[in-house]
Amino acid sequence: MSEARKYPAPLTNPETKPFWDAATQGKFMIKRCTACGEPHYFPRSICPFCFSDKTVWEEASGEALIYTFSLMRKSPSGPYAIAYVTLREGPSLQTNIVDCDIDSLKIGQKVKVVFKPTDGAPLPFFTPV
Amino acid sequence: MTIKGKAYIAGIYEHPTRHAPDKSTAQLHAEVAKGAIEDAGLTKADIDGYFCAGDAPGGAWPMVDYLGLKVRHIDSTDTGGCSYLIHLGHAAEAIAAGKCSIALITLAGKPRTGPMPPRAAGAEADFEAAYGATTHNAYGMCAMRHMHDYGTTSEQLAWIKVAASHHAQYNPHAMLKEVVTVEDVLNSPMISDPLHRMDCCVVTDGGGALVVTTPEIAKSLNKPLVRLIGQGEAMKGPRGGKDLDLTYSAGVWSGPRAFEEAGVTPKDIKYASIYDSFTITVLMQIEDLGFCKKGEGGKFVADGNLISGVGKLPFNTDGGGLCSNHPVNRGGMTKIIEAVRQLRGQAHPKVQVKNCDLTVAHGTGGLLGVRHAASTCILERV
Repeated sequence: MSEARKYPAPLTNPETKPFWDAATQGKFMIKRCTACGEPHYFPRSICPFCFSDKTVWEEASGEALIYTFSLMRKSPSGPYAIAYVTLREGPSLQTNIVDCDIDSLKIGQKVKVVFKPTDGAPLPFFTPV
Repeated sequence: MTIKGKAYIAGIYEHPTRHAPDKSTAQLHAEVAKGAIEDAGLTKADIDGYFCAGDAPGGAWPMVDYLGLKVRHIDSTDTGGCSYLIHLGHAAEAIAAGKCSIALITLAGKPRTGPMPPRAAGAEADFEAAYGATTHNAYGMCAMRHMHDYGTTSEQLAWIKVAASHHAQYNPHAMLKEVVTVEDVLNSPMISDPLHRMDCCVVTDGGGALVVTTPEIAKSLNKPLVRLIGQGEAMKGPRGGKDLDLTYSAGVWSGPRAFEEAGVTPKDIKYASIYDSFTITVLMQIEDLGFCKKGEGGKFVADGNLISGVGKLPFNTDGGGLCSNHPVNRGGMTKIIEAVRQLRGQAHPKVQVKNCDLTVAHGTGGLLGVRHAASTCILERV
């Protein structure tokens, strides 16, 4: 279903543009605060933990575990798996699990990032390893 | 400083409609306002404070003008479905501070027969909007993780709908009046795993309103006396992805704040109005408010424990959002109204809780377990 689905282009803004620029290179970026050391996602310029402005971009491994998911059965574009995954670096984020048999997904399953094209920057999704 | 006992709910009104193709949204606001003001035995000219949320067309200033109010205090805090539970607390604060003396709170809209106002995008939109998050699958993800961590089952969730349907059969205005069984819930179509169609609330046109006032004015009116003795509010979000835990809500903070202010505990509560956008919403809120331990909600709600006259915690005796009414996809208002009916002794005789002198009305707004607010109100009959 993921190939058939048309994804909207992210609008981007000055704060998040480096994330989308990196995505066009196939890189999945998170932000890390050099004051308190905490990583976070989605990216902010000011750390949501210690409020320092000393945040830097960091390429993440793209490896994650499924924290939870739900299979949306009622959708005009067909069923899809929405999920929260927890990155190896720590932060959890919302995504779809794609390119797989969604009926066999399990909490705790290993997944990795995969980018899908839009009319703008590519969007990150996750797929079972 | 406390709002304990500083504000009384003098007027309530729930619109009887569930389908309003022949009315405008502003008109529904006016009809529920009129109903609540008349219920209190007051007039429009008495209103000096107005509270509304995102369902009010254009916000507070067009509504104040449309209704023809002259107010000295306004509050348009919008926290989704729990906005009105927060408004009640804020109205009590304003009354206690002398900023107004008779506050009107309205909710109305028509998701079945009219366009819904668009929701403004948050900073997360570019990083989440493409993934097709809806209320159904967002709450489905909460239920999935709760089942994983605590062994909660679909049968246990179904008992929440079963209890609501037992109550709805006595409500002539309820959208769904048929009593259902656990099997009926489990056999209804899967919407977003593990939530079935019958785990979801109804979608209704309609609305409701409250009139909140000072102790002195309330005592001058010919109405049973119902007052707010504690309120707590809180917000929760994934905060950079570090705090993501979909098994509890901001109710873990709003609940204790409200109970502490009221000086009571969950054990003292005779009746509970608990926001029921989905069955999992109720189960998590019951845990978060302290009616049972975290993870034991499934056992707590099973076997009719939420049915009035049968179980230990009668809940949503109007049939709630699961069966009766969920105007504008915002359930906080009707939660307060049924709690007040119970305290006045005006619930349907088949579901009226005996000697009901202490209730809780609680709800969340936004997406449970992700970005959301919660408000807990403790109401007492004087």
